[in-house]
Amino acid sequence: MDMTQAIILTIMTAATPLLLAAIGELVVERSGVLNLGVEGMMIMGAVAAFAIAQLTGSAGLGALGGLIAGMLFSLLFGFLTLTLVANQVATGLALTILGLGLSGMIGEAFIGLPGLKLAAMEIPFLSDIPFFGRILFNQDPIFYISIIAVIGVNWFLFRSRAGLRLRAIGDSHTSAHALGVNVVRTRYLAVMFGGACAGLAGAHLSIVYTPQWVENMTAGRGWIALALVVFASWRPGRALIGAYLFGAVSIGQLFAQSRGIGIPSQFLSALPYLATIAVLVVISLNRRMTLINTPASLGKSFVPER
Amino acid sequence: MKKTLLLLAAATALAGIAAPAHAEGMDKVKACFVYVGPVGDFGWSYQHDQGRKYAEEKLGDKLETAYLESVPEGADSERAIERFARSGCNIIFTTSFGYMDPTNKVAKDFPDVKFEHATGYKTDHPNVATYDSKFFQGRYVIGQIAAKMSETGSAGYIASFPIPEVVQGINSFMLGAQSVNPDFKLKVVWVNTWFDPGKEADAAKVLLDGGVDILTQHTDSTAPMQVAAERGAHAFGQASDMYAFGKETQLTAIIDDWGPYYVERISAVLDGTWEQSRTWAGMAEGHVVMAPYTNMPDDVKAMAEETEAKITSGEFHPFTGPIMKQDGSEWLAEGAVAEDGELAGLNFYVKGIDDQLPQ
Repeated sequence: MDMTQAIILTIMTAATPLLLAAIGELVVERSGVLNLGVEGMMIMGAVAAFAIAQLTGSAGLGALGGLIAGMLFSLLFGFLTLTLVANQVATGLALTILGLGLSGMIGEAFIGLPGLKLAAMEIPFLSDIPFFGRILFNQDPIFYISIIAVIGVNWFLFRSRAGLRLRAIGDSHTSAHALGVNVVRTRYLAVMFGGACAGLAGAHLSIVYTPQWVENMTAGRGWIALALVVFASWRPGRALIGAYLFGAVSIGQLFAQSRGIGIPSQFLSALPYLATIAVLVVISLNRRMTLINTPASLGKSFVPER
Repeated sequence: MKKTLLLLAAATALAGIAAPAHAEGMDKVKACFVYVGPVGDFGWSYQHDQGRKYAEEKLGDKLETAYLESVPEGADSERAIERFARSGCNIIFTTSFGYMDPTNKVAKDFPDVKFEHATGYKTDHPNVATYDSKFFQGRYVIGQIAAKMSETGSAGYIASFPIPEVVQGINSFMLGAQSVNPDFKLKVVWVNTWFDPGKEADAAKVLLDGGVDILTQHTDSTAPMQVAAERGAHAFGQASDMYAFGKETQLTAIIDDWGPYYVERISAVLDGTWEQSRTWAGMAEGHVVMAPYTNMPDDVKAMAEETEAKITSGEFHPFTGPIMKQDGSEWLAEGAVAEDGELAGLNFYVKGIDDQLPQ
């Protein structure tokens, strides 16, 4: 493996959890729900995946456990905001705080244990392609899922009837409701999808990225994912660009430092944020298109009229 | 005779007035700890919390403790420290460099509470003490080991923030390495965080991709050790013994042992003998402990043990001249030893480090 390949692989590992969490949140926000609890769902996914992998001896079951944990945790958010119509912003923040605390408590027994790593899945024939084969087709399953999720969500949102309904709810829940769409049920499903993606993203951290459990190991990645959704103007393809750009600049600046270029490291550390925001803002410069893409009912509570 | 007695009585009375009530000692003390990372980081904060538990064990019923974890440095920490001061803590340990100004600020408003700030240099009020460990002593030893063990003649250093403590470490590591291999190369990567396993792992991967075969870190998670293990490289544990994360990887670890210090200082509050102090202890006092030397040939181990013994006995100081600064100018003349005060404010590299120190 040459150095370019090694660095690209590092970038992909760094980008995968961001992309997964962002794509989940993108669907949630497209349905008009703002769930700021991504960080909390991610960390719950991380601790559950690690714990289940330790207890069962299977990293695959761990990943599944992380996904389910994220989904269950998001149901709590769904119940509070959709059924009890609590404020979404406050509930999302509370979810993050609860997740960070709860995961620390659950994970206490697992601190200092070396983790199991989810094995790479080599895809026959394709992995033999020179250069790209090893990079794209010899990855962990969660990477494949993240790419499939982008393609799938893009198709779902813009090519399927169900996706059209979901976007309609996000734009105007009252109109969608008047047309007979079940707003609350659709939003529940969207929130659960978001939770599952965030949970799996967390699982990636604790069984692929750095196979270990340490408290607070998400270290703000949930918030970066949230920002990516907005700067990607709620388009899956742009979220992919954003996540990979962020990953590339993050790794690139570390690499530049290890080569000893004389740029202040504080500036280099800020660079991934600056570069990602700049590029995504430029892509989304068309104001009219951005307005069309913005879910108009985002963050507003919905109470069905009887 | 009568006169003497009278004088004595007067003196006692005066002392009684002058000294605050608790200087007589107390039956029970509440000690509070502010941590920068989670207690489960298995690094820096973990070790401070082990110290807290050690003190609880030693002092038993006489001690009650409380802690706050993952408290961000800067203005946020002021609220945390103040909350502790208000809630009846008698002594507060603030365990990160960035708590320096907040600690001193809160100390001013709570003169009866003792404050102990780790790794800082400001003691603006009589109720503030500082404490730190001479980690650089350990770093000299691991620098020597790295130079012996590296096949590429280079090591990667994952650094957090350009503060004196970290700069001392980098310099000491390099001096140790140069004592074995004068052409040793050191690649430094600043991650600008104390704790972010993902980012630390990224830095580790990038350094290994770039051709180094030994890693050392001044960040708090076990992620770099794990990456090194995956790639078949070697690494040094940081703050705690990380052997479990790299049984064939860890050469040794620099372990912070805060327990004895915490017992000493809390006991001083109990006895009423607490005084402002600036503690900077190292191997001799047992604050800096080296984990078992593993995964290395016997001659390397013998060399490391010898250096460790010399530093412990005081026979050798890692910063002994001649030492040049990075720009080639002289810092320490032949035989000169750096003063503690100078080291505490160290803000330049020694010669041979191929990195620009962020200012």
